[in-house]
Amino acid sequence: MIPALSIENLSKSYDNGFEALKGISLEVKQGDFFALLGPNGAGKSTTIGVLCSLVAKTAGKVAVFGIDIDDDFPAAKKCIGIVPQEFNFNHFEKVLDIVINQAGFYGLPAGIARQRAEKYLRELGLWDKRDVSARMLSGGMKRRLMIARALVHEPKLLILDEPTAGVDIEMRRSMWDFLKKINAAGTTIILTTHYLEEAEALCRNIAIINHGKIVENTSVRSLLKRLQREVFIFDTIDELPEQIPVQGFVARRKDEHSMEIEVEKGQHINEVFAQLDAAGIKVSSMRNRANRLEEMFVNLVEGGA
Amino acid sequence: MSPAEQYVAFITILRKEVKRYTRIWPQTLLPSAITMSLYFVIFGSLIGSRIGEMGGFTYMEFVVPGLIMMAIVTNSYSNVVSSFFGSKFSHSVEELLVSPTPSYVILMGYVLGGVSRGLLVAIIVTLVSLFFTRLHIHSYAIVIVVVLMTSMLFALAGFINAVYANSFDDISIVPTFVLTPLIYLGGVFYSMDLLPDFWAGVSKLNPLVYVVNAFRYGVLGVSDVSLTFAFSMIGGFTLVAFFYSLHLLRSGKRLRQ
Repeated sequence: MIPALSIENLSKSYDNGFEALKGISLEVKQGDFFALLGPNGAGKSTTIGVLCSLVAKTAGKVAVFGIDIDDDFPAAKKCIGIVPQEFNFNHFEKVLDIVINQAGFYGLPAGIARQRAEKYLRELGLWDKRDVSARMLSGGMKRRLMIARALVHEPKLLILDEPTAGVDIEMRRSMWDFLKKINAAGTTIILTTHYLEEAEALCRNIAIINHGKIVENTSVRSLLKRLQREVFIFDTIDELPEQIPVQGFVARRKDEHSMEIEVEKGQHINEVFAQLDAAGIKVSSMRNRANRLEEMFVNLVEGGA
Repeated sequence: MSPAEQYVAFITILRKEVKRYTRIWPQTLLPSAITMSLYFVIFGSLIGSRIGEMGGFTYMEFVVPGLIMMAIVTNSYSNVVSSFFGSKFSHSVEELLVSPTPSYVILMGYVLGGVSRGLLVAIIVTLVSLFFTRLHIHSYAIVIVVVLMTSMLFALAGFINAVYANSFDDISIVPTFVLTPLIYLGGVFYSMDLLPDFWAGVSKLNPLVYVVNAFRYGVLGVSDVSLTFAFSMIGGFTLVAFFYSLHLLRSGKRLRQ
């Protein structure tokens, strides 16, 4: 099957000599939910910029659903919907006009444009705000407006650059549900995010980019399997002694009722519970100190993995 | 994009532009009506009555075509420069750049938006002028062609200014320091016959001289310059501005990285 996105040796050098992309290659399968992760300045937004023609590549090949952007960029653009990181609509236009105009830029006749705009504004909970000037919307609503705008021409590939930045937890969860729904309906999704919990919850495959190079490109599951060590925080009902009564694990007392315990790959967390139980310490809750993917991400971008 | 899709995209941009300037009509349409009324009162009625005839017409009849053309030039220019720079500044131009809309459709959408405002203001100013003088049209064909070509030329000039502008100051520099002096020295208020030979020769380097005189010929049937030469100049400048604007859009200069 033709991949939704194929990138080969993509490079971008700016006039000041800065190399934002150093020959990256990656492939995203049709129907995938794909995460592109990396620290600030790693090259994520530059990659997305090339895909939507806002950044001119220096070298390399990019094909969207088999359409080479050098051969027929307009046809490739029809397959792509972009949700950028920054709000890039006219804040003085009405919500409905913004979405309908975008449909017009893709050549959709007025009747279809209106129907689609209503469909996506309803699905994203913005229909009641259709006649409101965009500047009056909250941050979360503005993000949803950009998603509705990106979907109005019903692209086969949706690219979201930090779609949930600055969005409250409840709103983020509802956006996740919406994205899962459209992915299940067949839209390929590429997501960049700083919330690694988001990538872990939504994405099947992942590429990590750092200093303009792809340092990892695999499935989320296989990446997590390679995690060598996880740190858990245990909250206890009983007061903890100065010396944590857990042998064979690195354990640190945080305060009277909480401690951190490192669990290496191959060790079993049951052993920790058994030892705590034997010492008469009851655990009220346990959680990861950081998101598992975050641990892996830090290892990869710091060159430790 | 198919031709039908391109047409939809073009109409969308044009409609958006018309909606923009009609929504803020007190800033876009009203000022020209007020300013031109003042010109008609001061230069036409009060001072004009003391000047007497100019080029064989009353001074009011003489200045009306130039003032209408002045309104067309400034409005078609300022519509595109402020709209396109505004969309560049707010990044909403990216809505168009990421779409499959061809560059020439984007350009024509913005330019025709500017032309439409120029025409609308021309109609308003012409109606206002009827309170002060009777207007005889010598050639409707010449009037229409000159108005369309001129508004297109200055809409394109506004587009080029918008592409190069980095700040809101940059979009007011050209109208203030270039366009306004050229208009005032372009024969709006006087006939070239009044100038000494040297300054009449210098004036012929001013493109506004051809625009004003071609339009005055359409209205009054008199011109200080050859009509053929005037049309050649306006047409030539329009073509150069069109292809240069298209080059700017296609190359993405100051729009893409």
